[in-house]
Amino acid sequence: MSDSDKKKPNRRDFILTATTAAGAVGVGAAVWPLIDQMNPDASVKALASTEVDISSVQPGQSITVLWRGKPVFIKHRTPEEIEEARKVDLKELKHPEKDEDRAKKPEWLVTLGICTHLGCVPLTNKGDYEGGWFCPCHGSHYDTSGRIRSGPAPTNLEIPEYTFVDSNTIKIG
Amino acid sequence: MSSHEYTPSSKFGKWFNDRLPLLTLANHLTDYPTPKNLNYWWTFGGILTFCLITQIITGLVLAMHYIAHADLAFGSVEHIMRDVNYGWLIRYVHANGASMFFLAVYIHIFRALYYGSYKSPREIIWIIGMLIYFLMMATAFLGYVLPWGQMSFWGATVITNLFSAIPLVGESITHWLWGGYSVDNPTLTRFFSLHYLFPFLILGLVILHIWALHVPGNNNPIGIDIKKPSNDTVPFHPYIVIKDIFALLIFLIIFAFFVFFSPNILGHSDNYIEANPLVTPAHIVPEWYLLPFYAILRSIPDKLLGVIAMFAAIFVLVILPWLDTSKVRSALFRPIYKQFYWFLVADVLILGYMGAMPAEGIYLLIARVATAYYFIHFLVILPILGRKERTLNVPLSITEPVLGGMPNPSMAKAKSDKVKINSLG
Repeated sequence: MSDSDKKKPNRRDFILTATTAAGAVGVGAAVWPLIDQMNPDASVKALASTEVDISSVQPGQSITVLWRGKPVFIKHRTPEEIEEARKVDLKELKHPEKDEDRAKKPEWLVTLGICTHLGCVPLTNKGDYEGGWFCPCHGSHYDTSGRIRSGPAPTNLEIPEYTFVDSNTIKIG
Repeated sequence: MSSHEYTPSSKFGKWFNDRLPLLTLANHLTDYPTPKNLNYWWTFGGILTFCLITQIITGLVLAMHYIAHADLAFGSVEHIMRDVNYGWLIRYVHANGASMFFLAVYIHIFRALYYGSYKSPREIIWIIGMLIYFLMMATAFLGYVLPWGQMSFWGATVITNLFSAIPLVGESITHWLWGGYSVDNPTLTRFFSLHYLFPFLILGLVILHIWALHVPGNNNPIGIDIKKPSNDTVPFHPYIVIKDIFALLIFLIIFAFFVFFSPNILGHSDNYIEANPLVTPAHIVPEWYLLPFYAILRSIPDKLLGVIAMFAAIFVLVILPWLDTSKVRSALFRPIYKQFYWFLVADVLILGYMGAMPAEGIYLLIARVATAYYFIHFLVILPILGRKERTLNVPLSITEPVLGGMPNPSMAKAKSDKVKINSLG
């Protein structure tokens, strides 16, 4: 490289860099709306919470409700199932979580009905764990606390945000 | 290429061609010198062009009657099947046309693998071809979602959830793809839009694919560089055109058999049940042409690694020109590669079968072995084989083995040089 090529940046170089930078910001600003329009829109977000009446769900029963287009399992657990879920040694678990941390009231387990592997709906009261779930797509087994015990799923069934509005009503979301 | 010397015969033709050289292009395409030993495995390029145009035309017509809405899509497809004049025919041609398209593309790809068509100087043709193949898979997946049946819905759920395996941003990406918190109406409408767009991107890439092909010219069954034009070539028209049309007609017989006699055999009956987000079908399988990749995905017990392995299975094909270190193109002169080639064919067929079976027990074990072998073939066997294999003698020209050979290479070279001089003169 000759000496003349290494000359200091002059006014033209500055203008070129500044113009390119301003142009890049402009293109970015123009492209962002085109990308962001694909994100969940206001009407989808407006449906973000659901209230469910659970007064008719007997111990041992489980219901499935739709929240944000996804199934949610609400399971009324029997004392045996709660005991079963709580006596498990955390070291046995692929994704260690205490049952106490997964259920606000021990007799009610609320989880997303979506296998954490690739999103299928697991079948209730199926699989290797009594009162648990089994995903037919790729063979994941969940226990009565919705925790992954065997199969390809990486994590436990997700717990959505929920609150007990009163003793008979759960608000999900 | 002699096309730059072309002058249209008519005065208007000359006037027009000086301003837009379309006639020069047409002349290039008809005169294009083609190796005279191309066999029927070389007819699939033309067949694939036919498939793409068929899909675009039938798709255009279907879009006139289809309604992209979660509540109406399923019904509108049944409306096409029952009410629209010849709607059943157009939809069955479109749906089976996708399968025929993949059948042809797999033959086309495996032809390239056998005869070494991906090797220098044809790497760019090969890479564009792989981009087309990848876009074809994306387009086929998007199209399969549109009828909004159970397989549509759950296929879309499983495939879009692949992106949730990406650390940190996975969940945001899936919500962005869905336009919501699950596969729903916003997902359907954008899939329809993209399903309409992608075939035209494929068409653009096909033009680049052919353009890149016409720079070095066709590879041929003995995989040697040939002089063009020469004793070893024939003009594309009429020789190759007639051969391609004959092969296309045979192909259309098979196509018509599926359309008229078993239009649903390649589909899944669960897709005639409307999408239900609360019930997953007992056994989710993709269309047959995606099964080998599905088997690779499922054979890895870890979610993220499974997704990586599936995409890597396509990526190793993209970098194949640099993985295969052998200078000899055609498998005809590579006795050991020829055997490994057929092992690979068997391996991919086994993977396809395992992808259709439940992922458990012996099926899972076989799928794992076949997945390992697939990667070993490309990443271990091919690089080593290119250095160690003793290849057979490659003929100097296409005519040489037929005419009893010219034992002195310099004579053969002199002869072909003479031919070149003759043809230019």
